[in-house]
Amino acid sequence: MDRDSNIYTFLFSAIMVIIVAATLATSATSLEEIQNENVRKEKMQNILSTIGIEVEREKAPEIYNNYIVEELALVSDGSIDKDIDAFTLKLNLEIKKPIKEQRFPLYLAQVDSLKYYIVPLRGSGLWDAIWGYIALEADKNTIKGAVFDHKAETAGLGAEITQKWFLDRFVGEKIFNDNDELVGISVSKTNNDPNGMDKDDNEVDAISGATITGDGVTNMIKERLQNYLSYFNNKNEIIAYQN
Amino acid sequence: MSKQNNKPETKPMILFINEEREALFSKNNRALLTDPMDDNNPITVQVLGICSALAITVQLKPAIVMSLSVIAVMAASNVIISLLRDLIPNRIRIIVQLVVVASLVVLVDQILKAYAYDVSKELSIFIGLIITNCIIMGRLEAFALGNGVWKSFLDGIGNAAGYGFILIVVAFFRALL
Repeated sequence: MDRDSNIYTFLFSAIMVIIVAATLATSATSLEEIQNENVRKEKMQNILSTIGIEVEREKAPEIYNNYIVEELALVSDGSIDKDIDAFTLKLNLEIKKPIKEQRFPLYLAQVDSLKYYIVPLRGSGLWDAIWGYIALEADKNTIKGAVFDHKAETAGLGAEITQKWFLDRFVGEKIFNDNDELVGISVSKTNNDPNGMDKDDNEVDAISGATITGDGVTNMIKERLQNYLSYFNNKNEIIAYQN
Repeated sequence: MSKQNNKPETKPMILFINEEREALFSKNNRALLTDPMDDNNPITVQVLGICSALAITVQLKPAIVMSLSVIAVMAASNVIISLLRDLIPNRIRIIVQLVVVASLVVLVDQILKAYAYDVSKELSIFIGLIITNCIIMGRLEAFALGNGVWKSFLDGIGNAAGYGFILIVVAFFRALL
């Protein structure tokens, strides 16, 4: 057959496409399980790291249950939806629903006798999604630790939000201002507090060259946390009542 | 007629010898492997693949994994293109090369995600960008389309190793600093 004829060219590309598609589909489906397992372990590792438990990814599932005492799926009015497994809840899908239909995962952790509330976050950075976890101390105000991750932020700029030096700035910061309003944490370019000494200003220093990613972090923290207010307030009342 | 009848008996012999005349690691073939490491290095001499070379050399481990990935993609794509070189329609040869490289890169990416998750996160987009690495397309177009499978394989390994060698050396010093 003439190698330069149109028919040959079409035939060749058709066969090539079928073979390539079959190969890639097979590899994707056969590796999917291992990949998902990696993601699951990493999620546990991230959640643990917000409460100061640093562990290798492979060992995370073993000790996860030692610290995480409860996984709740909250409704926007603060009640608990018991039919939903909070851990497998996909925030990327939830976030697109109307607030009333969304379920908000919350992890309750206990280290020694200290209680922590871990809130999963998800928002948008410059190029694509950013997400993370933020752990609050028992006062539901002070941040115990945070961890962020991203899909496609610029390496060396926005991608730096995953780095420890950036995450450390959040430790000890408060999410409520002096008037008890939820303001979250602003990633600010005018904070002028390079060592993160001022813990009462609701601000951390931004990363140069990563303005939009930083704003994404700011918005993500505030947007997500406000959905937990009704639960947190509820809980306050319950605890007060019991005392 | 008689001559023609004789030919089929001897011809396969000659053909066979012709193909095997060159030893697997003859001087020429070894040059294919070693030239790109030194005289004809893709990065330092041909100045190809600079962008990724700068980006991934901050630490040693990603550099090593990147080198291995490029070696695998390069060798495999060279072999595949060389096998298909008499079948590929001339007009769409660049597209065919791209498809072969792209699918191999996706494969590598999937495997890394499954078995070397941390490294794959560190390399992130750069694995995908192997596709656009000029070294690979360059070798496919310049070498694999015109040479046999074994030679193409050696050429692929040689060039990718030349790239990887520079990557690792640079990464070694950058990691030190």
